[in-house]
Amino acid sequence: MSAVSDASAGDQLEARTVTITRADLVAYAGASGDLNPIHWNERVAVEVGLPGVIAHGMFTMSLAARYVADLAGDPTAVVAFSTRFTRPVVVPDDDTGATLELGAKVTDVADDGTRTVGVTAMHEGKGVLGKAVATVRPR
Amino acid sequence: MPLDASFAGRSWPAETYEVSLEKVREFAAAIGADDPVHHDRDAARAAGHPDVVAPTTFPVVFTWPATRRVVDDPALGLDFARVVHRDQSIEVTRPLYAGDVVTSVVVVDEIRDLAGNDVITFRVDVTDADGAAVLTTRATLVGRAEPGGEQA
Repeated sequence: MSAVSDASAGDQLEARTVTITRADLVAYAGASGDLNPIHWNERVAVEVGLPGVIAHGMFTMSLAARYVADLAGDPTAVVAFSTRFTRPVVVPDDDTGATLELGAKVTDVADDGTRTVGVTAMHEGKGVLGKAVATVRPR
Repeated sequence: MPLDASFAGRSWPAETYEVSLEKVREFAAAIGADDPVHHDRDAARAAGHPDVVAPTTFPVVFTWPATRRVVDDPALGLDFARVVHRDQSIEVTRPLYAGDVVTSVVVVDEIRDLAGNDVITFRVDVTDADGAAVLTTRATLVGRAEPGGEQA
């Protein structure tokens, strides 16, 4: 039994903190094929008006979806995920990286056991994913 | 600049993509997904899967290039340098596995104007080699108005 399949509506699930470094962005750029330089080149990022190199929105969403899959104990359990990208995650050129605080709360349990999970992703105290919702279905 | 409204409701022919063991491993490693079912064929089969399991967000590997073909069509009138990715969703019909040969059809769901900014939603319907549904993604992009430029 996983944390999600035991949970009732209103239950807060175990939070997780992840860090994102420049090296992580380069690895994600290669794996995803999204080579937009704002995700790895400070000069280009600043030229287009950003405070610095920012994480791919899809990378942040991927970390959030993986977090929910881990909570479910099954990588195929997340059958839907939707989000708005509300703020960029600026990733500094250092060895520490940016911190992302992930949280999840079950908001609904359907008759077939499917859970609706509201997901939060905070960076420096502000939400970077808006209205993030995962649908988790037990196999 | 307003987008060409005639793009709304149009769809673009299918593009084929073959999901491979190594790409699944690479993507899973990049997002820190260390569950063996993403990396080890035997572990995936022991868990009841036909092959390694692609992470939930893996389809961006092929849905984004398929979408980009439409985004970059000069006739649409979207300046990619001013584009912000606002919303993203994925709905999974069945898990995606290494060995799947999938086709993606891009559809422009909606085009609208929001205070002078162009808002466009792309849907990508992904089916397997048998024509069965695998997943659907939706991405909403906003083309920001040029500062001081024309307002729709």
